[in-house]
Amino acid sequence: MRHARDVAIVAFAQTDTLRRTDELSEVEMVMPVLHDVLRRTGLKAGDIGFTCSGSSDYLAGRAFSFTMALDGVGAWPPISESHVEMDGAWALYEAWVKILTGEADTALVYAYGKSSPGEVRDVLTRQLDPYYVAPLWPDAVALAALQAQALIDAGSADEPALAAVAARSRTDAESNPHAQLKGEVPPGEYLVRPLRSGDCPPVGDGAAAVILAAGDRARALCERPAWIRGMDHRIEPHSLGVRDLTDSPSTRLAAERAGAFERPVDTAELHAPFSSQEVVLRAALNLDDTVRVNPSGGALAANPVMAAGLIRLGEAAARIHRGESDRALAHATSGPCLQQNLVAVLEGDAR
Amino acid sequence: MTAAPSPEVLKAPLVVEFPFTRSLGPVQSAFLTGLRERTVLGVTTGDGKVLVPPVEYDPVTAEEIRDLVEVGATGTVTTWAWNPDPRRDQPLTTPFAWVLVKLDGADTGLLHVLDAPGPDAVRSGMRVRIRWAAERTGAITDIACFEPYESEPTAAAGRHSGAFDDAVTGIVTPARLDYTYSPGRAQSAYIHALAGRKTVGESCPSCRKVYVPPRGACPTCGIATTEQVEVGPRGTVTTYCIVNIKAAHTANLDIEVPYVYAHIALDGADLALHGRIGGIPYDQVRMGLRVEPVWTEGSRHPDHYRPTGEPDADYDAYKELL
Repeated sequence: MRHARDVAIVAFAQTDTLRRTDELSEVEMVMPVLHDVLRRTGLKAGDIGFTCSGSSDYLAGRAFSFTMALDGVGAWPPISESHVEMDGAWALYEAWVKILTGEADTALVYAYGKSSPGEVRDVLTRQLDPYYVAPLWPDAVALAALQAQALIDAGSADEPALAAVAARSRTDAESNPHAQLKGEVPPGEYLVRPLRSGDCPPVGDGAAAVILAAGDRARALCERPAWIRGMDHRIEPHSLGVRDLTDSPSTRLAAERAGAFERPVDTAELHAPFSSQEVVLRAALNLDDTVRVNPSGGALAANPVMAAGLIRLGEAAARIHRGESDRALAHATSGPCLQQNLVAVLEGDAR
Repeated sequence: MTAAPSPEVLKAPLVVEFPFTRSLGPVQSAFLTGLRERTVLGVTTGDGKVLVPPVEYDPVTAEEIRDLVEVGATGTVTTWAWNPDPRRDQPLTTPFAWVLVKLDGADTGLLHVLDAPGPDAVRSGMRVRIRWAAERTGAITDIACFEPYESEPTAAAGRHSGAFDDAVTGIVTPARLDYTYSPGRAQSAYIHALAGRKTVGESCPSCRKVYVPPRGACPTCGIATTEQVEVGPRGTVTTYCIVNIKAAHTANLDIEVPYVYAHIALDGADLALHGRIGGIPYDQVRMGLRVEPVWTEGSRHPDHYRPTGEPDADYDAYKELL
């Protein structure tokens, strides 16, 4: 698909993901990342055409918590700004559209999540259907475990295969200075069977930011921009019992619309908080062993809720910036059992 | 002016509770009323699939669907997950299995829990039946849980009018989430200082503005505020309102209405904070009034602000702080 303008991710920054950050308010956590990403481009806050953020009030337990974090951007004099109560990957989508329509040439996208103040397993139940599901309080691990058992019943995976996904992720995370869990860890006890602690993401706090720019601005700001060749997001029915949990048709459709299947990718950053979800996503995206999957360690090594999807886009772009990838796929998810999925295809200029 | 110290970070429990009251459409009303009457209803899609629990719009075509059918109280587990450690508010307090159950006559799975002695007693494909709650109100929890039950599947899904006496038209879903709130470095320092009846702000190293209470960042410059500045105790009312409705909140029960709530620019601050004005009739409060805090024993915040008796401040002195 051809777009009216070429838009690229030109810079990416993230915090270390930590189990707790009690000493930091949200704005105190976000600000260093904003400074870092601006420094990488030489841009000042006032140079940015559009700012968009992703976060969730439910993590902090406070209404409109994102308005406080906005102080870290430098929102006076007034800026053009928006917020999604979702992972920052969807904020990036909004910023991309803003640039495609010509309303901005540059955009700052950031996302953050402090999971440590609450019990994220319980907090995430509040995003479920409030009539039939939320009153039962099925936590995020339980729902993922239902999906994992469906995969096992279908013969698509077994517990050792899931453990191998987790082990590979955490081994890869050894080269990622920002990851929360590094090095091979034992599979651990069952949290909700068949998922063991090793199959589940660590709970942590963190933030990330990227800068997008169009055309020549991107070339001026970055030696090797990560051009967004396509991006799409799709959703499946809310009710888990209506879906085939062993497949992810929304991911496949989003990837198709993003142009992912036109040519092979060499890298894929998949937002799979649970090991079983990587199995589903690999199949939906037709990724074979030639594709480097989650060289950052992925969400199994660091899962700052609301930032983990944006980090997948940032990590994929950073590999293109560094010349380690020429064509990368980045994926973000939201909701239980891969309910919503976003896929972007990023490319570097030929070398 | 001193560099902001790193105080002990404060923490406090924060409980968020909300009893959401939700209205039901015709399909959800029939389903939940049916549960109260030990009857499970589904809805038929245009291509003949039976969805349980029912929805009002076809998930594939988005067509409105209203044709209700009754399905069995027995069914088959399609997938499951063993929960060894039940969490607060989950349906059972002993270890149980989460299950998706395709009830006899339905084409989709209902999420609920299964009471079973252990994971070895559960498998996909096992037969189960509903255990009804003793007291039923028209909620998904009217199904207490599922229990193992060997029986032959029945395909029958008979038409149902969805009509019941005294239909449930709404539900109240209470929710509670527990947090441990920590305000971070800047606000911890502010709250610590209040314990000594001092008000401190932080100044921006670039534009020098002093923010009270400090949040750790200058919204104009987008950089950390790093220097602590003591402000007040006196200040100027920049604007105010007259409150005529008594708040239900217990902390305000002994405050008589009408009273004045005001923005107060403490001396040395570049941002107004807010507080109640006392010690003066409500209709004599004015912009420019000079005030000082009144502390009560054992309280961390000033109880209210009262007039100092000084002449009013010139408008030009506070117009930038409105």
